[in-house]
Amino acid sequence: MKTETRRPLELVCPAGTPSALRAAIEAGADAVYCGFRDETNARNFPGLNFSREEMKSSIGYAHSHGAKVLIAVNTFARAGDLTPWLSAIDDAATLGADAVILADMGLMSYAAKNHPGLRLHVSVQAAAASSDSINFYVEAFGVKRVVLPRVLSVPEIAAVTRNASCETETFAFGGLCVMTEGRCSLSSYATGQSPNMNGVCSPASHVSYRQEDGVMVARLGDFTINRSSADQPVGYPTLCKGRFKTGVGEGHIFEEPVSLDVRQLLPALQNAGVTAIKIEGRQRSRAYIKAVVHAFREALDALADKRSVPISSLAPITEGQSVTGGAYVKTWR
Amino acid sequence: MSRTTLTLGPLLYNWPAADWRDFYARIADEAPVDTVCIGEVVCSKRQPFYADVIPETIERLERAGKTVILSTLALPTLDRELKYCGSLAREASQMIEVNDISTIPALAKRPHAIGPLINVYNEAAAAFLIAGGAARIALPPELPLKSISAIVAAARNAVIEVWAFGRIPLAISARCYHARLHGRTKDSCQFVCEQDLDGLDVETLDGERFLAVNGVQTLSYSYCNLIFEARQLESLGVSALRLSPHTCDMVAVSQIFRDVLDGIREPSHAMRAMRTICSDAAFSNGFVHGTNGALYVLE
Repeated sequence: MKTETRRPLELVCPAGTPSALRAAIEAGADAVYCGFRDETNARNFPGLNFSREEMKSSIGYAHSHGAKVLIAVNTFARAGDLTPWLSAIDDAATLGADAVILADMGLMSYAAKNHPGLRLHVSVQAAAASSDSINFYVEAFGVKRVVLPRVLSVPEIAAVTRNASCETETFAFGGLCVMTEGRCSLSSYATGQSPNMNGVCSPASHVSYRQEDGVMVARLGDFTINRSSADQPVGYPTLCKGRFKTGVGEGHIFEEPVSLDVRQLLPALQNAGVTAIKIEGRQRSRAYIKAVVHAFREALDALADKRSVPISSLAPITEGQSVTGGAYVKTWR
Repeated sequence: MSRTTLTLGPLLYNWPAADWRDFYARIADEAPVDTVCIGEVVCSKRQPFYADVIPETIERLERAGKTVILSTLALPTLDRELKYCGSLAREASQMIEVNDISTIPALAKRPHAIGPLINVYNEAAAAFLIAGGAARIALPPELPLKSISAIVAAARNAVIEVWAFGRIPLAISARCYHARLHGRTKDSCQFVCEQDLDGLDVETLDGERFLAVNGVQTLSYSYCNLIFEARQLESLGVSALRLSPHTCDMVAVSQIFRDVLDGIREPSHAMRAMRTICSDAAFSNGFVHGTNGALYVLE
């Protein structure tokens, strides 16, 4: 068998605010991804994201600490009104971002043409699930990295990476889309607001809770997403993690409210040839970011030193307080 | 002004081969649709069951004057799935409808159709795809009229199509929800999706009719119905409307759309007829009106 020395996995961490960015870097992030404060990024939540000024100083801070900043412009631009998206790309280039993360072919085309020096990463929202798709983006736009959708098992990731003509990045921790990212309109069906168009999923503005005979009813728009009795935790009504009824049965028909945690699989992902691993959660607190990044830094350092990977418990801070290997483990399907 | 044509989208559900063949035979003989997309979009495991009847179906539709387009898988990830989509794209004499980016390279810029499961949200994405050989683009069903109109205005050299009838495809996954509901996995599914010819209805715990499950695909419970918007879409320059097959009388549905576009039937009359034809369906048009897709917006 061929043995080769793998480069250490790059740890890509989320930041919703400049202070979260600093916390991530202090805790050992190799790169931080973040977005401008508007609908050009897929975490367009109130109170989150960066002004141009904040982005500039944050990039300065990151670079002085040897970390990279990747700017996500990963929603799909609004027809007839492309300006916010084009200026986000222009400003990312001007401010010295290490890469932009894009999902929209129209925007990739613009960036490749107008900013040939700007490094392009394909967002998970572009759903490039095979090496054929990845190589299409490489050929068309010269992209340097693709973030893989969370639909592949580890052997599939290895095969895709082997045949891909650019780097791959996979999700390692945090919220788990059960649907292929960037190809889901469930949220807009219920609320009119979608990840692709508005950068939000199951938005808080459309969430309501109601007490009904000792039962807490969590609703999204006009639809009940869950009902919990007094002894059950009341979760946020993310549409695909809700409980529903069918003629066959009822329950979490799509997915339980669980989080992804792949620390057990890190050696396998490294052997699969993956370049970087990504932590989800730009909407998360500074404390959360610090704890998760720190745990992954420890794990990656152990991996690099060929020690066994320490798995400290992160369960208490995760969605649903339980974790899964997701599609990385084939029986998940 | 060009006449807006009707496209029958690919049958998204798992029908027995005999029903599949009979359905298309009747479409060939009776439905006033111009273009018919056929082929498996949702799950490659279903395809062997009706693969044998595809060639005769293509022939029959073409003999009836229909343009046949071959639709491809929405989420090919297995080697054999990717190879199949690629070889179809390279070898078929019919136009290919692409439902995943991975199928595009094999087309080598030959004229093709972009399916509604590819993310074309704006004129820049449309222009890029048209430059690469896209002759037709079926827009994502969640687009509002404003976006449709801006894309149509900028993409004069391609057929721009809008989802006008049928349950709306909302999501695609690696996981099979039909199998999961039956306590199985995708690999051991035993084809349980064949029990639900229009998808499996999903209600909320409070009994609100919400979604439908079709194997790895999730659709709306409601049927999109743009019969009231059809003429407006035509006047915007939308050159085709897509009708997605269901077990209801699709010949009648397509005749009603044709009659409304031709100005020989009033939309209100057409809507009453649609309610009779699809007596179990709830209708929605919220997406084109820029609001919750589940709503029916009265103008």
